[in-house]
Amino acid sequence: MNKADTVVEMRNITKRFPGIVANDRVSFELKQGEIHALLGENGAGKSTLMNILFGLYQPDEGEIFVNGEQVVIDGPNKAIKLGIGMVHQHFKLVHPFTVTENIILGSEPTKGLAVNYKSANEKVANLSKQYGLNVDPTATIDEISVGMQQRVEILKTLYRGADILIFDEPTAVLTPQEIEELLVIMRKLVEQGKSIILITHKLKEIMAIADQVTIVRRGKWIDTLPVAGMNPNQLAEKMVGREVSLKLDKKSAVLGEPVLELDKLVVKGRQGLRALNETSFVLRRGEILGIAGVEGNGQSELIEAITGLRPIESGSLKVLGTEMAGAKTRKLSEAGISLIPEDRHKHGLVLDFPMRENMVLETYYLPQFSKGGFLDYDAIDAHAKRLIAEFDVRTPGIHTPARALSGGNQQKAIIAREVDKNPEILIAAQPTRGLDVGAIEFIHKRLVEQRNMGKAVLLISFELDEIMQLSDRIAVMYEGRIVGEVDPAQTSDEELGLMMTDFKAPQGGGQRE
Amino acid sequence: MNKVIRLFTKDSAVVPLVAIVLGLIVGAIIMLFGGYDPILAYRSLLKKVFGNPYDFGETLTAITPLIFTGLSVAFAFRTGLFNIGAEGQYIVGMTGATIIGVQVNAPWFIHAPLAIIVGALCGGFWGMIAGYLKAARGVNEVITTIMLNWIALHLGNYLVNTFVLEPGKGRSYFVDDSAAVTIGWLSRAMDNARIHWGMFFAILAVIFVYAYLWRTKSGYELRVVGFNPDAAKYAGINVNKGVVKAMFISGALAGLAGVFQLLGVFLNQPISAGHTGHGFDGIAVALLGGNTPLGVLFGAILFGTLSYGAAGMSFGADVPPEIIRIVIGSVIFFVAAPGIIRWVLKQLRLRKNKGEVA
Repeated sequence: MNKADTVVEMRNITKRFPGIVANDRVSFELKQGEIHALLGENGAGKSTLMNILFGLYQPDEGEIFVNGEQVVIDGPNKAIKLGIGMVHQHFKLVHPFTVTENIILGSEPTKGLAVNYKSANEKVANLSKQYGLNVDPTATIDEISVGMQQRVEILKTLYRGADILIFDEPTAVLTPQEIEELLVIMRKLVEQGKSIILITHKLKEIMAIADQVTIVRRGKWIDTLPVAGMNPNQLAEKMVGREVSLKLDKKSAVLGEPVLELDKLVVKGRQGLRALNETSFVLRRGEILGIAGVEGNGQSELIEAITGLRPIESGSLKVLGTEMAGAKTRKLSEAGISLIPEDRHKHGLVLDFPMRENMVLETYYLPQFSKGGFLDYDAIDAHAKRLIAEFDVRTPGIHTPARALSGGNQQKAIIAREVDKNPEILIAAQPTRGLDVGAIEFIHKRLVEQRNMGKAVLLISFELDEIMQLSDRIAVMYEGRIVGEVDPAQTSDEELGLMMTDFKAPQGGGQRE
Repeated sequence: MNKVIRLFTKDSAVVPLVAIVLGLIVGAIIMLFGGYDPILAYRSLLKKVFGNPYDFGETLTAITPLIFTGLSVAFAFRTGLFNIGAEGQYIVGMTGATIIGVQVNAPWFIHAPLAIIVGALCGGFWGMIAGYLKAARGVNEVITTIMLNWIALHLGNYLVNTFVLEPGKGRSYFVDDSAAVTIGWLSRAMDNARIHWGMFFAILAVIFVYAYLWRTKSGYELRVVGFNPDAAKYAGINVNKGVVKAMFISGALAGLAGVFQLLGVFLNQPISAGHTGHGFDGIAVALLGGNTPLGVLFGAILFGTLSYGAAGMSFGADVPPEIIRIVIGSVIFFVAAPGIIRWVLKQLRLRKNKGEVA
């Protein structure tokens, strides 16, 4: 088997955790100079497998070969010595430090007793140039964008002499433009003789860049095949284990009366600048209005303004025809606004609470759940059980802390809770961020279902595909303003992309219904 | 049977027990180094605590305030606050009770409850100051509570000095009998150990904290605020109100420690130069008890027993009381570092497994 061009081979790797087999005789082979995608749903065992390769876990069974020689990788240091580097999903950077300081951390070049920053800076600059990374070695991490931070992580592995790079969900935190740039960088790395393992559940990326794809499902190896000649549907089917439709079936919208009306809303952002600059739009019953835009153009502030979390400076916010600017969060919630928040861990759940307590986070005080100041846990338990069953939330039970659930199931739980409030207006902020195909399909169906039931859905997403697929109408947000409205059937990614960066004023093509 | 084993092998039960044993072993090693006999010392400790009714009663008296201050710290912790100010709330609560106990004339069924309630409110108010500063001005409660401890000490002295000082004594007048919460017959039965009703109130407080936090609407709100203030905001819960309320309850619990020390044990309040340490010990007790009400009860029993038994160790085995502080310190160290305990347990299990294989 010792083919000269095989750089990593993992044979029949088995890893058990209490109560679960994370990897069940999984094999994986990486060839010199290829980009090999590792595809699977959340919890399928991709990360476990790569953590074994990077020495963070020890396999219970199986063998690992690097460059044809059998090795035992007992820690990340050993992995680095073998030329394996990992670009983690959550960056491991010291923010007040400069790029160079972060890169050399742990292997500082010295001159006498002092750190030789000059030679370090030069080396980093050279590496950056060689791979087209365009990173300023003297900038601090705080000053640079998320995309740049990721490049620093890449440089870190290169600096340590990595020839095999593992990218763990690298695009999860990037904007569309940054994703494009990352793909270019990855190609360049491969051109220069590196080999790349790409952990992902995004089919689009695999189609765009990978040479080979290995699919794992529920800890088991399913298939390894060349990407050329495959289509996304086939891959999705192998990943989920059943047929999934990537296209949504949607009847045309039946519009009702306006339920949410924003008129010249002004809200201040974190630096005291206008984050919403006279934002106006109308949301009607029976439609999904998609707000497209690059992250940081006022979307978060828009959500916070509508839900009463951020004070409104001026302008009008009407819910069901009643002026509600300045109302408190709970009042707005009672008026019929439900929110699926952007950050489910930070805003949507109390991770250490059991599921049953999470399911009543906004409704615990209502008479159906509390009597005379005491919580009625019988009613709460019944409520939680019903929602978990109805929305197919996979959890060992209602007493399991939310933390123990997978991301997709946490999101399903939040959606269950919000939809069950029977809102007039459902705000979905990044509802499928970081989720796998199966969960995305489920959540999209639920959103469309709400619309079909005559609810108004406001969808805020940085994923253009999602906006295009779900929305009946798209409003583009740029620097706190709605700069244009378009009909998804009559627009293109390119047109939207340009509007999102305000290169072009909206054309007449966007029609109102 | 399996269920029983699981209950006892659950980390939460095993870790503190192993921690206590390890702490005692470390204490023994230190005593050996110092040339003392650890077996004799620990025997003397137990003899001191359980040897006669008087000492047993006094041990219970030593445990009581620790339950209150431990609950105070644990309660705040559960709501996301670090209350270092139990010491100050203790003093303010005590001072409130002293003034009512000395100045008011009323039958016992009014006087004692009034003194208790006023003392608790005073402690609660003192905690609330820190809560308000955090909610309204964003001042870290660790800093304010530490400073309020010192303000409380001198405010207490000032109030005693101004309103209830017995001339020439350096302490307040004794409180009226109608305000005292001592239990005369039980004290006499236990060779005049200072037994009082505070102990029963402490048990009630344990139940209250559990019921309030885990059964009531407002306790639920406080826990959401404690574990995830952002989610609380999104759910429409008033975080600032929660912080103030939580500090009030936490302060009231610490205040009750002072109230019962006064009305049950000392019966007068001295002008003091420094802190009693009950409030600070409460932090250790809360830590020992894993910030659960029942855990605090056991933590206070352990802490109180060791502290009171220290006298026995120095009397029976000539061990200086500093050593017992080291023993308590090492127990807390091991409890606070569950990682070490888990490692020890894992090694033991591994060895056992290997033994079985071989």
